[in-house]
Amino acid sequence: MDIFDIIGPVMIGPSSSHTAGAVRIGRVATEILGEPVRTARIGLCGSFAQTYRGHGTDKALVAGILGFAPDDARIRDSLTLARQAGLDFSFETRSLAGAHPNTAILELWGKSGASCQVQGASVGGGNILISRINEMETCVTGQRDTLIVLHRDVPGMIAAVTGRVADSGVNIGNFRLSRPHKGAEAVMTIETDGAVAPALLDELRAVPGILRIVPIPANNTN
Amino acid sequence: MLDYTSIHELAVQAAAKGMTIGQLALADQAAQTETAPDILVRRMRRNLEVMQAAARDGAAKDLRSTSGLTGGDAWKMREYLARGGALCGPVGARAIAIALAVAEYNAAMGRIVAAPTAGSCGILPGAVLALLEQGLADEDAAVDGLFCAGAIGMVIANQASIAGAEGGCQAECGSASAMAAAALVQMRGGSPAMAEQAAAIAIKNQLGLVCDPVAGLVEVPCIKRNAGGVTNALTAADMALAGIVSVIPVDEVVGAMREVGESLPCALRETAQGGLAATPTGQRIRERLFGKQN
Repeated sequence: MDIFDIIGPVMIGPSSSHTAGAVRIGRVATEILGEPVRTARIGLCGSFAQTYRGHGTDKALVAGILGFAPDDARIRDSLTLARQAGLDFSFETRSLAGAHPNTAILELWGKSGASCQVQGASVGGGNILISRINEMETCVTGQRDTLIVLHRDVPGMIAAVTGRVADSGVNIGNFRLSRPHKGAEAVMTIETDGAVAPALLDELRAVPGILRIVPIPANNTN
Repeated sequence: MLDYTSIHELAVQAAAKGMTIGQLALADQAAQTETAPDILVRRMRRNLEVMQAAARDGAAKDLRSTSGLTGGDAWKMREYLARGGALCGPVGARAIAIALAVAEYNAAMGRIVAAPTAGSCGILPGAVLALLEQGLADEDAAVDGLFCAGAIGMVIANQASIAGAEGGCQAECGSASAMAAAALVQMRGGSPAMAEQAAAIAIKNQLGLVCDPVAGLVEVPCIKRNAGGVTNALTAADMALAGIVSVIPVDEVVGAMREVGESLPCALRETAQGGLAATPTGQRIRERLFGKQN
């Protein structure tokens, strides 16, 4: 915690968990998709489902999908802006056993046809937890610089990625791998001490078997 | 390096170095985050500017919250203030108007500075900007006041809580009020020891305040509690500047706040199941906004 966690962040109200955190979930989900969103189906659970209209959680999630930051004054008008931009979005309330009360499930389809499904929770103070990507369990908090690596489950992938990160002089603070079953798609989440250089991201993207590299910057912007 | 576990310790160290608590915290944060002090000052000044813009835009006559429940009270307060004769005096009434404006702007999806939270975001600007606008402090003193408030808030966050879901409204509006009270004392030239006393008194007067938002929204009673919080901060600051001392030492008061928060029933910690949220009118509002099933 530093002093700007107390006098800050600068954000669009009314609620750090129902608004600011929701923007971040929308944003991270779109970064995982890796291209502009054409269609978004958004499921809302728990407190999100009950109060999303009053808290503007719907506007916040759509704003995040449009790439807005949590302090962007356009969040208030995001639903109109999204329609103007040709984004097709819908909301439904869902119940999900055992999920955090502020959970959203985003199914996104991109303009070139890519799709992804991301489950995220707003866990307080604008902090988030991405708990599922494409049915694979993850634990992305965005508290530290994080690399999400979607890849094919073939031998040598972990070494190929972590070796290149190590060679660039970046220390790995936490590593997690998840795969639904052998030989399919898998996801690595790698927390690093400091951001990974763009050149390394390009190098990783060129590694055979890598499907997508998504850098999530640490949530210390204010 | 400071560990922000004792408000008394902050005041002692500041006094020993001939600094304000704000200056002490700035120097420490610069060292801890390896950032030049002027960069941190610039960042805090930007926060002050966001507060000023929110105080201005939140006082619009036709402002309404997303739910339609609230808005327009800051404008009423300002009109009343302009007519003269406000019972709290020009500084107090101005502080109330600003606190309402910023809190209403938050409910209307305006841009605010969480201080320490979005729900309590009107209290610190209410205090600091009222002094600025009344010519009782300059902008450098205001920024220094925000650093002081931040340092107090860090101790409360470490030793108790600043989340309504954990500690009730005392943790949000109570913390903000203590932060504002210390900042006010410092901005008026009071000693670090006086700022410490102001924080203690402000928390004591809000101890036990429950978090009971109607329909779960950050509006009723949150917005008016921001006005109450800033008035409490002015009261505590004036007492401290007069030399009045809290009988219970500040760090023990923070400890009591944690204990009280932990013993609050769940219904009174931001679940919208007790207090004002559970009143017949509170329940009717909830049903009107979100339907009956919940």
